[in-house]
Parts: sequence; C-alpha cells; structure tokens
Amino acid sequence: MSVRKAKHGWLLTLIFTFISLLYMYPIVLVFVNSFKKKAYISKYPFKIPVDKMFVGLENYVRGVEKTGLFQAFGWSLFITVFSVLVIIICCSMCAWFISRVKNKATSLIYMLCLFAMVVPFQMEMFTLSKIANMLKLDTPWGLIIIYLGFGAGLAVFMFTGFMKSIPLEIEEAAMIDGCTPLQTFFKIVLPISKSTCITVVILEAMWIWNDYLLPSLVLDTKKYKTIPIAVQYLKGGYGSIDMGAMMGVLVLSIIPIILFYLVCQRYIIEGVIAGAVKG
Amino acid sequence: MEKAIKKYFPIFVLPTMVAFTIGFIAPFLLGVYLSFCKFTTVTDAKFVGISNYTKILGDSVFIHSLGYTALFTVVSVILINVLAFVIAMLLTKGIKGTNIFRTVFFMPNLIGGIILGYIWQLLLNGILAHFQRTLTYSSVYGFWGLIILMCWQQIGYMMIIYISGIQNIPGELIEAAKIDGASSWQVLKSVTLPMVMPSITICTFLTLTNGFKLFDQNLALTNGAPSRMSEMLALNIYNTFYGRTGYEGVGQAKAVVFFLIVAVIAVLQNKLTRSKEVQQ
Repeated sequence: MSVRKAKHGWLLTLIFTFISLLYMYPIVLVFVNSFKKKAYISKYPFKIPVDKMFVGLENYVRGVEKTGLFQAFGWSLFITVFSVLVIIICCSMCAWFISRVKNKATSLIYMLCLFAMVVPFQMEMFTLSKIANMLKLDTPWGLIIIYLGFGAGLAVFMFTGFMKSIPLEIEEAAMIDGCTPLQTFFKIVLPISKSTCITVVILEAMWIWNDYLLPSLVLDTKKYKTIPIAVQYLKGGYGSIDMGAMMGVLVLSIIPIILFYLVCQRYIIEGVIAGAVKG
Repeated sequence: MEKAIKKYFPIFVLPTMVAFTIGFIAPFLLGVYLSFCKFTTVTDAKFVGISNYTKILGDSVFIHSLGYTALFTVVSVILINVLAFVIAMLLTKGIKGTNIFRTVFFMPNLIGGIILGYIWQLLLNGILAHFQRTLTYSSVYGFWGLIILMCWQQIGYMMIIYISGIQNIPGELIEAAKIDGASSWQVLKSVTLPMVMPSITICTFLTLTNGFKLFDQNLALTNGAPSRMSEMLALNIYNTFYGRTGYEGVGQAKAVVFFLIVAVIAVLQNKLTRSKEVQQ
C-alpha cells in the first residue's frame, strides 16, 4: 500500500508524542520514587525526591539484600535460556516427525498439542506441583522439563504449521544422498525453519521469563527464586510492604527487559506478528 | 522416506512426549479425577462423587468472582480492541515518529504481570489518595484499576497485529473504493474492516482468554481486596486450593469448571468470527 501523507500529520505526531510520554509515565514514576525515602513514597508519590526525601541508592541496596535479586536474575536467565533451547530442539524434532509420518498416533499428538493451548493453568496447578514434587523436579533443572511439557503445545503447533509447507523433494534428495533422518533434520530442515524458530523463541521466552505461578508452585522457593517470585516475596510475610525496597527491585527488574527490547525490537515485533498470523 | 524416519521415533518424539505427559497430560487427567474426590495430597484421595461440584453452587464468593471476571473480560476486550484498532489506523497513515510510537506502545508487554501490578498500584493509589481513597476501598476501584492496567499492557500487542493486518490490504482496493465515490467512513466499514477480520479474530481471542485467565496482575494489584470482592476466577481457584485445607477437592472442581468455560468460549468465539472472514 502506498503511504499517503496524512492531512494533519504534524498534529497527529504532536498528539501521539503526548500520549507516548503519558504511556511511559508509570515507569518513570517508579524510577523517581526509587530514590525516595520509604516513608514518603505512599504519602507523596508525585513529589520529586529532594532534601530529606532523597536517599540515594539505599532502596536498591535494601531491595537486593531482602530479595536476593541478583541470584533471582541468574535463575530466571538460566531457566528461560535453557527451557527455550530445549523447547526449540525437542519440539521442532517432534513437529517434523508428526508432519512427515502420518498415522493415528501422530495425529493424536497434534490434537493433544492443540488441546493443551486452551487448558488454563489453574486446571493443572495443584496436580502438577504434586507430581513435580514426587518426581523431584522442584529444582531449576526439573523446571526445564516441565516447561518443555507445558510449552510443547504452542511450539509443536507452530513448527508443524511451517514444516508442512516445506517441499518434500529437498529432504528426499538429502536422504538419497545418504543423509540419515537426523542429519537431514539438522542440516536441512532446521536451518530452513529459522524464522519459525525466532517466533517460537520470542513467544516462549516472553512467557517463561515473566511466569510467576508455575515456578512459585513447583520450585523450592526457599532455595531458588525467579524475578517475579523475588518481587512478590517483598509483599509476602507480615505487615506492610517496604515501598522503598519495592521501588528499587521494580526498577532493577525492568531495566534489563527494556535494554533487551531496544536491541531485539525488530525480532520481537516480527515474532509476535508471525505468531498471531499462524495462531 | 516415511519408513526411514519412522524408525527414529524415540529420538524425535519421545523427549517431548515424556515431558508433555509429565507436565500436561498426567496433571490434567489426575486433575479431572481428583475433582470427584476429597483429598489434601494426591495420595489420600477418597472418591466422593459430585459433591465438590454441588459445593461450588453454594459458594457465593465463587459466583461473584465468575460475574466479576465475565464483566471484566467483556469491558477489557471491547476497550483494548477498539483502542488498539484506532491507534493502528492512525499509525498506518505514515506520520512522523510512527516507529517510536509503536516501540513505546508495545513495551509494557515485555514486563511481567506481577511487576506491572505493583507499578500501577503506586500510581493509582497516588491518584486516589487525593480523594481519600485507595484501590482496595471498594471492588469498583480495583475493577477499573485492573482495566486501565490491562489496556496499558495489551493495546500495544494488539495494535501490532492490527497494523500488520491493515498493511496487508491491497492499496488498489481502497483506491478503487474511493474512485467509486466511497466516503472514508464507507471505506472503513466496507473495505478495511472486512479485510482485517482475521486480525480481529486473533485479537479478540487473545484478549478474551487473557482476560479470563488473568492472575498475576490481579494478585499484585489488589489481591482480591476488599474481602475477596475484586477476586477473579483464577485467583479464587488459587485461594481455594491454598487458602483452606480440606477444600482442595472443591478447588479442583472449580478448576474443571473454569477449564470448561474457557474451552467453550474459545470454540464459540472462533466459530463466530471466522465465519465473518472474507477469502482473499
């Protein structure tokens, strides 16, 4: 579609600039309050912290100490990276198999994956956490297996959708040239599926990084915390929330996401669009 | 070729299937079974028939949360989709700064629900303090607080999908309509809207299920206060499981009901909007 110059382009730009600033305001507000003495935060959230209200980095230090935020960051990173990696490899393999071998079992697997996308987590949460406990999967390593099981629905669905459209001739040629199915898959099929890989990575990573309920139920949270668990941990316990520490922790958990977003923005937005179109 | 691949079943499919069984199929089946039992852990389950389900009917807090969630979902689906579509229309006109605006609007999606909840708690409580109120003063404040939060979070996501839908409309189609003398309102109604119907299907589906399944934001923003009046379905089920011993079976039965509602809505919505889509 040819881009037409809008009639009141500058006016729209002006309005959207204003809305954009308003849109970012909640995050800016948290940032400003993170330098405020905790007693003043709830009382005067809109005041700029000066003089006796200003506490420097005190809130950050206290927040990190109380929640163990840096370890939580490490575990969040570990769980997200390895879960997504395992999901990509295992589910793309599974998807290729069920799109090439046609029988009752493979179509059942496909149907189950579709089904899994509709089932809300509350349906599973109690039994899943008990099963995870029994099988000793209550560690970050075990959590990766659970995320594979839980992320499989979406990932297998997306990969199957794409792999059905790959012409069989390419794979047949590779097999005739002596490739085993494994070699065919990793040398031919997976590289062709790169764009679907990116989509699945984006969708699964956004979900796993921010997931609160599943890890909080499955993990032994005394030993291992992820970032959402660390944030919620400040609220737990007795009495009122330490608003100062909360502000510090919020800012520290948002900064890496925003940096990551600014670097990978193109992929993220394309991944979301591709995911929506295929979903 | 099929035969050669078939032999590799254990390598290709088994890892995913084992994890899928542990993480999804087993908990699901066990969950359905346990909804007919009285239990505190999985091993001491005693079959009690449908008594868990009959208890739900008498649970006024659950019924309230069902209505609250339904209302929330309807309002949020309409607001998010209308606003996202309007913004998408304006941001496809080629004005200066389009990319920056898109970046800003999408950003909240990457931040987790728990964190979003506390960000908005600070802002909304700050504003309400001017009127000597807080978010937990009444469930009405919690309701609109949650609506504002979800709009802020999801408009960007839906806007991205609408923008790609609008950009896929062939330019000639709109040109042709204009040459035939269609007003811009007629173009919107008779060309643009039918052509972006696939995007509308997806976006309503996403906002609908997101609204119904909402948990993190609800937990962080109000945690159901005051006295469980702003509690949505997902949080209600969670509190039934972990708030009262002896009610695990009822919690599981609620979860089954919840699942059935979500499944029915998903299927109905898909049928309804898909039938309105035009073939390109």
